[in-house]
Amino acid sequence: MIKLVRFTLLILILILSFEKFLYANNNSFLVNKISKNLRCLICQGQSVYDSQSDFALSIKLLIDKKIDQGKSEKQIYDYLKSQYGEWIVYDPELNKKNLVLWIFPLILFIFGGLLIYRKIFIN
Amino acid sequence: MKKNFYYLTLFLFFIFVFTVFYLGLNKPNSYKPNEPNDKNLTKFYSTELFLNDELYSYEIIKNNKYTLVNIWASWCAPCRLEHSLLMDLNEKTNINIIGLNYKDKKNNAIKFLSEFGNPFKKVLTDPDGTISISLGAYGVPETFLVNSKSKIIKKYIGPLKNDNILEIINITK
Repeated sequence: MIKLVRFTLLILILILSFEKFLYANNNSFLVNKISKNLRCLICQGQSVYDSQSDFALSIKLLIDKKIDQGKSEKQIYDYLKSQYGEWIVYDPELNKKNLVLWIFPLILFIFGGLLIYRKIFIN
Repeated sequence: MKKNFYYLTLFLFFIFVFTVFYLGLNKPNSYKPNEPNDKNLTKFYSTELFLNDELYSYEIIKNNKYTLVNIWASWCAPCRLEHSLLMDLNEKTNINIIGLNYKDKKNNAIKFLSEFGNPFKKVLTDPDGTISISLGAYGVPETFLVNSKSKIIKKYIGPLKNDNILEIINITK
């Protein structure tokens, strides 16, 4: 019984360390992560990760090269934003144009809370 | 009083929704990339198509008042259409036209140029497409007009048309 447990543990450890070994010299994990957050600008409703267009394939290669140069995730996003504009990332920044969109749910929340408060405590 | 308040908020809410949709739906919803203003063309190293020597892009750009950087490929059909315009432009003016051969096979590129003529002073190569991405290009064909300081003056996405050629001649005159 103990032998069996020991054996399975050994196998598990081997599998886990092998997985680490797989990722060790490979950027693909980070490339996938970054490209999932990028909009493929010439496709309709696809991320760079999903797309097989020349544009997306080249961007993935470029990300790979940038990681090899030691660039951080944020630096890569900033670089692409400077080339293609903010539209390339899925995460929108807070600015003058979309301020209402960001704040509106908060206003609704406070307003709703006020209504509930009035209903319960004042009436 | 309470009822009035309720109706007023409902009314205001509908007014808000109406204005949002009224303004939003009148806008064209196709995305147009922002025109680059005072952006510089990224400097890059690349191999020349014919001579196979490594060139620094800025070395070719800095000695000319204006340079037209054209991204093309032999497999790209719209590039064939604009190629005759580039040939014309090269004959009529002495503007420095540089080609950037995008994701192409060397033999096919050379065949394309010997068949349709070569309007380029230099042809740089971009076999994996990463140089084009670092320039901020969307695909082929795409053309940048830059000055001697490598500043982007005009960017044309898609094949060049007659009006674009006239505009380029006007700017570089």
